[in-house]
Amino acid sequence: MTKFNIIVLAKQVPDTRNVGKDAMKADGTVNRSALPAIFNPEDLNALEQALRLKDKYPGSSVTLLTMGPGRAAEVIREALYRGVDKGSLLTDRKFAGSDTLATSYVLSMAIKKLEPYDIVIAGRQAIDGDTAQVGPQVAEKLNVPQVTYAEEIISLEQESVKIKRRLERGVETVVSPLPAVITVHSSAPPCRPRNAKLLMKYKHSRSVSELQDLSEDYLQLHRDRPYLKIEEWGASSISADEEKLGLSGSPTKVKKIESVVFKAKESKQLSSSDEDIDSLVKELIDKHTIG
Amino acid sequence: MDNFYTDNKDLKFHLDHPLMKKIVQLKESDFSDSGRYDYAPLDYEDAVDNYDKVLEIVGDICANVIDPNAESVDNEGPTLVNNEVKYARGTKENHETLTRAGLIGMSLPRRYGGLNFPMVPYVMAAELVSRADAGFANIWGLQDCAETLHEFASQEIKDEYLPRFNKGATAAMDLTEPDAGSDLQAVQLKATYSEQKGVWLLNGVKRFITNGDADISLVLARSEEGTHDGRGLSLFVYDRSEKGVIVRRIENKLGIKGSPTCELVFRNAPAKLVGERKFGLIKYVMALMNSARLGVGAQSVGISEAAYREAEKYARERIQFSQPVIEFPAVYEMLRNMKAMLQAKRSLLYETARFVDIYKGWEHLSRVRKLEKEERNEFKKYQRLADVYTPLLKFFASEYCNQIAYDAIQIHGGAGFMKDFAVERIYRDARITTIYEGTSQLQVVAAIRGVTSGLYLDHIRQVYQKQDFIPEVQHLVKMLAGMTDEYEKCVNAVTDVNDTEYTDFHARRLVEMAGNIIMGYLLLADTSRDEHYMHAAEMFIRKGHSENKKNADYILNFELKDLGAYKF
Repeated sequence: MTKFNIIVLAKQVPDTRNVGKDAMKADGTVNRSALPAIFNPEDLNALEQALRLKDKYPGSSVTLLTMGPGRAAEVIREALYRGVDKGSLLTDRKFAGSDTLATSYVLSMAIKKLEPYDIVIAGRQAIDGDTAQVGPQVAEKLNVPQVTYAEEIISLEQESVKIKRRLERGVETVVSPLPAVITVHSSAPPCRPRNAKLLMKYKHSRSVSELQDLSEDYLQLHRDRPYLKIEEWGASSISADEEKLGLSGSPTKVKKIESVVFKAKESKQLSSSDEDIDSLVKELIDKHTIG
Repeated sequence: MDNFYTDNKDLKFHLDHPLMKKIVQLKESDFSDSGRYDYAPLDYEDAVDNYDKVLEIVGDICANVIDPNAESVDNEGPTLVNNEVKYARGTKENHETLTRAGLIGMSLPRRYGGLNFPMVPYVMAAELVSRADAGFANIWGLQDCAETLHEFASQEIKDEYLPRFNKGATAAMDLTEPDAGSDLQAVQLKATYSEQKGVWLLNGVKRFITNGDADISLVLARSEEGTHDGRGLSLFVYDRSEKGVIVRRIENKLGIKGSPTCELVFRNAPAKLVGERKFGLIKYVMALMNSARLGVGAQSVGISEAAYREAEKYARERIQFSQPVIEFPAVYEMLRNMKAMLQAKRSLLYETARFVDIYKGWEHLSRVRKLEKEERNEFKKYQRLADVYTPLLKFFASEYCNQIAYDAIQIHGGAGFMKDFAVERIYRDARITTIYEGTSQLQVVAAIRGVTSGLYLDHIRQVYQKQDFIPEVQHLVKMLAGMTDEYEKCVNAVTDVNDTEYTDFHARRLVEMAGNIIMGYLLLADTSRDEHYMHAAEMFIRKGHSENKKNADYILNFELKDLGAYKF
């Protein structure tokens, strides 16, 4: 049976699905401290696809990469609880202020460090920026094919992968040569829950920076159990060109931020008669609200 | 994200009980497993943290998989295809999700792939699953069979069967027959040893078997030809892959519809003997039944939690006479009493689970080394307590479960009678709890021993009354002390007559009185650890006080000669 090296890209994001009134700062940016940090939902769909491949092709390995501040190590732990083999945290002050271009550069350099790999799987987009750019840009930088909006990775072979894509008006099945970058849509199956034994095994895993504040007992535990260490990769460990990192590597400029509040200004009373329903549907189609 | 564990602070509260330290010590003896298994705890704090985190997984699956599936499972139910049981879609998904999360075989030792959890967190998981879907809780809860095999089967059987549980094998305990329900001594399914094949062959019919088409079945059968009582029965383990059993029908039930209740026909089904011959009913099934009763206790608490939540939610939302119905005395009183009963029986559930944990801990240790005298005494003490608390729990938890579900529908009014609301299903699911694994009437028969032997009273006087209580509850302490004296008086009034039938006649009343006092003290002890429980203690003790008065009035104004009028 063929074994594959699978890489999953994931991001820790503020939970923008349950926003309270202090979710945005006065300057219109996201108030990250007011929102719980979570595993980006579509990255969980991506992780599930990777774990299914591992179930299907025993001996395959799944490595998770995440870029972010120190606390993003939590994303790696969450992935370990669900069955990934290892994870690396891409963290460096030099990465701060990265837009999607600089982010995909860092991720692509980290992926190159993990060569040879067969397939890179990521969520379609993150719920904080909603750009859906990082996956495709990583593919471009690696110069490998990309398949977006994946709903299911049907099969993986030595040289190719077969994927079902969720499109606006249906599904499409495509075959791509390997290696490839796949971005997964939220209509893919949800991620499996944490596994009890893996949780108990990995709950003490810590990144190098996290270990600094912990007791000698903890350090000893980490010396005895090397698998608990979460590696941290900075700019130098992925041989990155500093010009392409952080603010200097990010051409995106924010011109203006506007806080848009939806308000119903006028309302229309309609009866349940066929004529009224008919006219409403026509109006909605005319305004491109539906259809 | 919804989570049935983290949204209910009671569970963490009971997980942090002071006796847990002893329980973990017994279960993890020196934490020696931590050198051999990467998921074994390092110390007490680590162990409790493991329970907490694993229960969070259970709570997640319950809230996001099992509960959302409950309605369709209830509608669809299992089906019989070519004499085999096919689970409803949701049941299958529930089971696969729990298996994948490693939540089958929770109490089994690690060497068999288990999590080596004590009963307390395992029972909590059972409560959570039951809150999500009481019918499915049976399928999941039958992992109890693993514990019976672990305790009594040979090493060879243990090595063959136990590792399969954590990988998702389902189980069943095949006891009941058409003519052997409450009276299991009448079991007739025949076991004959085939010298030629070197195995036991089972022949006969079993009825009302929960999850009857399971991968692994424990079967009670008559191995001793010519016998007619419990001493001729032995316990066997049967593997579904032998294909010696067919499912003749699946019962169409009032509730717990997702759980397949099967009629089974055994035709030369090969099986292996568990433990020794003739000990099937008198030892092994008794042990199995005790853990099943604890399971029904957990199930009843879980169902009640679901019912209470539905009722409170509806009472807040439903507007009548221009105000939410929760603001009417008739409704808020009902809700407050439901909640007090729920918290009281939950305290009784975990008290019982702790007793079981401690005695089982010593029992397992006694197989490794000889126990010191003091240790042996403690083992016996907790075993006796577990023996009388288990039926008390099963009785109260299931009776309260029905009352709470009944009132939950009442609060919904007409809407609760419709299938649009979950409470309709919850009410139907609740009904079986006072019946199976021993009816309430049989629990009273077992619990009355705690009354007549003085065990309940001793524990109340020697342990519960000697605790320190906060000043704010002194009036309740006084009420409970009065109730205890009154109870003692009633017990004496009944036992002084010295007539078994007379004692049996009043047994339920006496057991109810003892239970009210015990749960009252448990809630007061909870209040000492967290004042949040004062509310429930106040209401429960007030209610128990008046109920006990009523029972006392009945008992003290009754004589042996009055019994005749009731007989048929």
